[in-house]
Amino acid sequence: MKPYNNKAWWLVLPVFVLVAFSAIIPMMTVVNYSVQDIFDPSTRYFVGTEWYREILADPRLHDSLMRQFVYSFCVLAIEVPLGIIVALSMPRRGLGVPVSLILLSLPLLVPWNVVGTIWQIIGREDIGLYGWILNSLGLDYNYASNPRDAWATVLVMDVWHWTSLVALLCYSGLRSIPDVYYQAARIDRASSWAVFRYIQLPKLKNVLLIAVMLRFMDSFMIYTEPFVLTGGGPGTATTFLSQTLTQMALGQFDLGRAAAFSLIYFLIILLVTWVFYTAMTHNDNKG
Amino acid sequence: MGWMAWTLPTALFFSAIALMLVAMTVWQTVSPGRERKGFLPLATSRGDRLFIGLLASAYVHLLVLALTDWPLWIATAICVAGMAIIMKWG
Repeated sequence: MKPYNNKAWWLVLPVFVLVAFSAIIPMMTVVNYSVQDIFDPSTRYFVGTEWYREILADPRLHDSLMRQFVYSFCVLAIEVPLGIIVALSMPRRGLGVPVSLILLSLPLLVPWNVVGTIWQIIGREDIGLYGWILNSLGLDYNYASNPRDAWATVLVMDVWHWTSLVALLCYSGLRSIPDVYYQAARIDRASSWAVFRYIQLPKLKNVLLIAVMLRFMDSFMIYTEPFVLTGGGPGTATTFLSQTLTQMALGQFDLGRAAAFSLIYFLIILLVTWVFYTAMTHNDNKG
Repeated sequence: MGWMAWTLPTALFFSAIALMLVAMTVWQTVSPGRERKGFLPLATSRGDRLFIGLLASAYVHLLVLALTDWPLWIATAICVAGMAIIMKWG
């Protein structure tokens, strides 16, 4: 006896065709490029794994990768707890609900290059509120010349832009908890911390996994905001993986090396995504 | 297809991947498998084990390229053996 009805797989066929054109065929092309030295479409030479060996030994890749991991870690370490706190502080009923939902949605509607431009102005010490306040407090703040300030500004910008997403996801998770749980907690005279630790946090687990995955993926692929804000500087202080890749592919027109770089980048993202996906489905299977 | 810049090694590579997927589909249709628990720390189907084996193979090749001067066929041989172990006992 067949355990599954496999006819439903035919319904996946249109998606497969779309994905083939949008992802699989371009990916195959990148693989082809990664083993060749390409001068123009008709002048190309097979070089085998030479680009991979060079890229894997390239200090630019190591530095960008380290910066990228530190950046993604900082983003998650700030945005996830902050998003939970914001979600817990949001009203559960009344006019405050739509108002807070709209206010939280606003940063998510701003295009990425506009976010970079906004923070380029806000961060200026002469006309920008953020830069002016920090300098008024006696801090020698200048994101254009000081790597520490540039990092802080890029992180604050990301937190401003994306904490809302985590908060909205957590809020939807909190709203789906039935009232009987809270009634039981009241009967037991549970403290606010106990309610959070033993009711809200376990119920938020799946939503938090989605939030962590989305924020990791987005922060790991970040390009536009730091490019507009700092241009990757000062020096290479805020040059992340995607910007290093773009410089290689478009700035130097080094397509073979850039293709090998992007495949390594892709494999890192694939591994992390698979780990998150497995954690989520494993969690679901356990109920 | 000239814009895709095909080479013989990459064509063989993708043909092997495509053949693997076709073979797995035929195998699953003829003799359906179920999720089971092996030495891997999670219950896996055949497709899961194939994916884990392929992903691990990619990383093994990168590690060999990054850390050694070995010819690539040694990495490939290790990966073929690893894939067989994962598919059988994973």
